[in-house]
Amino acid sequence: MTNVVPLKTPPALAVKDLTTGLKIRGIWHQAVRGVSFEVMPRETVALVGESGCGKSLTAMSIMGLLPAKVGKVLSGSVTVDGREVVGLPEREFEGLRGNLVSMIFQEPMTSLNPVLPVGFQIAETLRRHRGLDGAAARAEVLRLMNRVQIPASARRIDDYPHQFSGGMRQRVMIAMAVACRPKVLLADEPTTALDVTIQAQVLNLIAELQAEDGMAVLFITHNLGVVASIASRVVVMYGGDVVETAPVDDFFQRPSHPYSAALLKSVPRADRRPDSLEPIPGQVPTLFQMPDGCRFQSRCAHVMEVCTRRPPLLPGGGRPDHQMRCWLGRPEGGL
Amino acid sequence: MLRFVALRLVMALPTLWAVLSLVFVLVRIVPGDPALVILGDQATEQALVALRHRMGLDVPLWDQYLQFMAAVLQGDLGISMVRNRPVWGEVATVLPYTLELTFVGIFLGVLMGLPLGVLAAQHRGGWIDAVARWTSLLGLSFPAFISGILMLLLLAVELPWFPVIGNAPFANPPAHLRALVLPALNLGFIMVAYVARVTRSGMLASLSEDYIRTARAKGVPARLVVWRHALRNALIPVVTVVGLYFGILIGNSVLTEIVFNRPGLGKLIVGALNDRDYTMLQGLMVIYALVVVGANLATDLAYGAVDPRIRVR
Ligand SMILES: Nc1ncnc2c1ncn2[C@@H]1O[C@H](COP(=O)(O)OP(=O)(O)OP(=O)(O)O)[C@@H](O)[C@H]1O
Ligand SMILES: [Mg+2]
Repeated sequence: MTNVVPLKTPPALAVKDLTTGLKIRGIWHQAVRGVSFEVMPRETVALVGESGCGKSLTAMSIMGLLPAKVGKVLSGSVTVDGREVVGLPEREFEGLRGNLVSMIFQEPMTSLNPVLPVGFQIAETLRRHRGLDGAAARAEVLRLMNRVQIPASARRIDDYPHQFSGGMRQRVMIAMAVACRPKVLLADEPTTALDVTIQAQVLNLIAELQAEDGMAVLFITHNLGVVASIASRVVVMYGGDVVETAPVDDFFQRPSHPYSAALLKSVPRADRRPDSLEPIPGQVPTLFQMPDGCRFQSRCAHVMEVCTRRPPLLPGGGRPDHQMRCWLGRPEGGL
Repeated sequence: MLRFVALRLVMALPTLWAVLSLVFVLVRIVPGDPALVILGDQATEQALVALRHRMGLDVPLWDQYLQFMAAVLQGDLGISMVRNRPVWGEVATVLPYTLELTFVGIFLGVLMGLPLGVLAAQHRGGWIDAVARWTSLLGLSFPAFISGILMLLLLAVELPWFPVIGNAPFANPPAHLRALVLPALNLGFIMVAYVARVTRSGMLASLSEDYIRTARAKGVPARLVVWRHALRNALIPVVTVVGLYFGILIGNSVLTEIVFNRPGLGKLIVGALNDRDYTMLQGLMVIYALVVVGANLATDLAYGAVDPRIRVR
């Protein structure tokens, strides 16, 4: 008798207890603390949260691109396609970036080098990781430019970034990112700087490429509308903490953490009256003033005594894969 | 690209015209009668009139101006009042020495200044940054004639590695080059200071740009991130500096030539000043103006080469 154990596919990206420090005025602060999540192949996970909550730092920690000397991963693990990348020597990391894991950024206007032709910039990835040069590289660049739907690519391959619109530049960035068919794509607000129609086109493009290549996508955004349309899971961050993580439909139906609930209420919706908007009072505390315990306590409507202790991330939305970091509704929380 | 060059050439014409007119006016408003200066106060009125006529000084200013412009356009800079030979011929025999000195000086300056600036930015606050800072400070604070004399004392007198007289004929290349080293280093030293400073600040700026992050995110090796992605952008202000200081360097090459006893425009200028050789001075000013306008033109073209955003416009 054979015992058939269903093999669970390993995640393309697994972040476990990631704590990233930033050195500000000589003191190390935990700007990301104990963040964990997984992204499966072909899956899109959305990372959301207010400005300054550590979303980009999380992505930069995964890419090994933290600012030299003032930023470093203090503890935890990040595996990309099963390979541990935390603590990898820079030379080895270079071999993975743009190859196994790629990233696209918010600012298409400044993210391309203004003095190098776009074709050359795309080809650099191919040369670095696939050893392509000369005519072979050029042919592959043209194929990639067509793949990201840049019109008249043969004529535009030697043009410079300033000759492209924002949307087209973001396509160039995407062509660069997917050139070596990475397992993981980190997209840090790639559509925030684009107008709405271009935004939709770029989102579609990413989804198409993802369907073809089977990449895992970690999509960082402020736009909950985008989250609802592309992601299967949501990870909500606040002050460097993951405060809630849930399947996307569950998240929109039953946001459990007071911050998530407040976040959803602060978003304009067509089916609600505009005066039902409730902005979250106050601001995210800076890294210097971060309270111990729950970091949302200073702005939370439900704050309790126990909130000075850091709540654990535990199931709390009804489903086991819906977790939140809050004392509310827990026996220890007294409610 | 060809259109860009043609456009810049056309745009240089008004500048050239303005400079030539200024030279004309400057020479005319110098007090004193050139004829009197040449012939001395014992000269007869007849001789003075004859000389003024020969020099074209007896016609109305406006006609003098037209004649001057016409002559310059034909490459005729007149006859030296003192040496009695064509100014252009005098200049042409020594101009190659000055141009050679200036260009080699710039080349050495850029050759040393660029890497120094890049390394200083890359290791900001480290020892190489300190070296760059001190080099810049010394280069900027030492006048060319002092650093020249120090160099001569040290490297030609104390340690006789180089000849004291910075000249040897072009026909003897090894000796010629050896004689060029110290004067060119002296000029280059000033250039290193400017280039290293501007490169350093340009690199610090471009290294923190978003496209550097993009390059690193692609896995571009650190060496190429610095020397290709960042330096290409930092070159733009360096071109400005080299272009701007070309004029200053020409001035410093005059001093350098005198310290090292090299033939060149420097000696010619000093001679013409001592002799009050007005036509020679006028001709030299025209040559300088041409060289500086030419340098500006070259700078504009170099911009186009390093910055595609300028080329297209
Ligand atoms: N290089 C740096 N030096 C100092 N502080 C930094 C640096 N980079 C980020 N921070 C700080 O770290 C915190 C998290 O920054 P991060 O960029 O990850 O935020 P974010 O969630 O991506 O915000 P946004 O939505 O605005 O992009 C912020 O408080 C920010 O000020
Ligand atoms: Mg960010």
